[in-house]
Amino acid sequence: MTNDKFGPNPWHQSNWDFRAAFNFIFGGAGAGLLAAAALAGASGMVLRAAILLGLALIGAGLISVWFEIGRPLRAMNVGFNPFTSWMTRESFAAGLVFVLGLAAAWLASQPLALAAALAALVFAYCQGRILQAAKGIPAWRVPPLIWLIFTTALAEGAGLFVALSVLFAEPARSLLAYFSLALIARVLAWSIYRGSVAKGTVRAALAILDRSGKILVQFGTLAPLALLLVCWFVPDFARIAALLSGVTALAAGWQFKFALITRAAYNQGFALPHLPVRGTR
Amino acid sequence: MTRWAMVADLRRCVGCQTCTASCKQANATPPDVQWRRVLDMEVGEYPAVKRVFVPVGCMHCDDPPCMHVCPSTATKKRPDGIVTIDYDLCIGCSYCAVACPYQARYKTDRASFAYGRATAQETQAFDPKRLSVATKCTFCVDRIDAGLAKGLTPGIDPEATPACVNSCITQTLSFGDVEDPNSNVSQLLAENQTFRMHEELGTGPRFYYIWDKKEESPS
Repeated sequence: MTNDKFGPNPWHQSNWDFRAAFNFIFGGAGAGLLAAAALAGASGMVLRAAILLGLALIGAGLISVWFEIGRPLRAMNVGFNPFTSWMTRESFAAGLVFVLGLAAAWLASQPLALAAALAALVFAYCQGRILQAAKGIPAWRVPPLIWLIFTTALAEGAGLFVALSVLFAEPARSLLAYFSLALIARVLAWSIYRGSVAKGTVRAALAILDRSGKILVQFGTLAPLALLLVCWFVPDFARIAALLSGVTALAAGWQFKFALITRAAYNQGFALPHLPVRGTR
Repeated sequence: MTRWAMVADLRRCVGCQTCTASCKQANATPPDVQWRRVLDMEVGEYPAVKRVFVPVGCMHCDDPPCMHVCPSTATKKRPDGIVTIDYDLCIGCSYCAVACPYQARYKTDRASFAYGRATAQETQAFDPKRLSVATKCTFCVDRIDAGLAKGLTPGIDPEATPACVNSCITQTLSFGDVEDPNSNVSQLLAENQTFRMHEELGTGPRFYYIWDKKEESPS
């Protein structure tokens, strides 16, 4: 009859709410913070503080999602399917992050902090894969989302570490360079993701993504990069500029992920490639 | 190897929802949970408007995304293709629900009944194991297994056939083994033009929709 598709309009999923979003928000930032602290070569109290805050964030995300599951007393069952489930893999990575992170904080050990950072990066990657494996949600299932989730974790963590660092001293230029690269990587990932998600996602979801993406680009990338230039060339304002830069990058990433999980997660409804042919033709 | 599948002839469905009611009765699902639903679609523009009724539910996919994402291994696929949920393992994370492209999964956190207080039938059928975990259509797997044990043929013998198929007043729904070329469903698929929902996702749904008969080849 026709090649057009027929069916009811997609509607927003109602299974994952803000509690699931907090796992991606806090978990990503915590993982990124561990990575930034280890790569920046932090030591002593700064290293300990960064690691403990990173672990607290990841823990807060996991506790938040624990409040969402229907049978919280069976939470340990989450580890039963490492063969195909990225949620199981995420839980394993989280366990490793906590073991290595606590050891690194206890001993103030940089090699252990690096190992914890590596595990944290695996954790952030798993979070991207969790969303991408959700085939029922067109805005999540595109592969470029993995790298958007991963790079926003890097950018948020770097921003948080920069913001924390300026409370103690002027941030190192190598840290600012790493932060800048993370911001650029994130905006590139956003651009690729936006290109790939256009097909198959409903207009309402795209409108939400565009609104959040605009904030991600303007407040989460351009503003922090401009502030980093101030930091670089106007030493008198370096600390306040770095602080603002880190906070805006963090906030923009969080708002994006919140919108992605709780606002843009439309399903694809049902679609008939053909209508039934009844009676005479 | 047996591979159970369902076929819905969209030309026949009148949207009476008897299958839905029958499923609810047979499986004792609470209000707002419909393992077998019938979508009521109105397509086109006046005066060329069509109304189409589409039975939907778990498609018992060949490559079920719900099973792959399940972190607790509660969701499994049997050798005969039926996708099942172990209520004792499920943690109720709803990951399967967002992974399913067919919105076939439900989770209810509290017991609820059609008229507020449980009726005698609801009290008898209530299963606390189903609270706060994922649930969905099972193709009435218990009926199939019990029927097979008695030497019956699912899809032919009502005792071994899913409740929705038994109840269908227009014979829209058919059930059978698609691996058997002589089965009722294999013959329907051979004689008619069919599609499967969201086939492009590669999940291999085992729920076929007939939309027209096959063109007769000129002899």
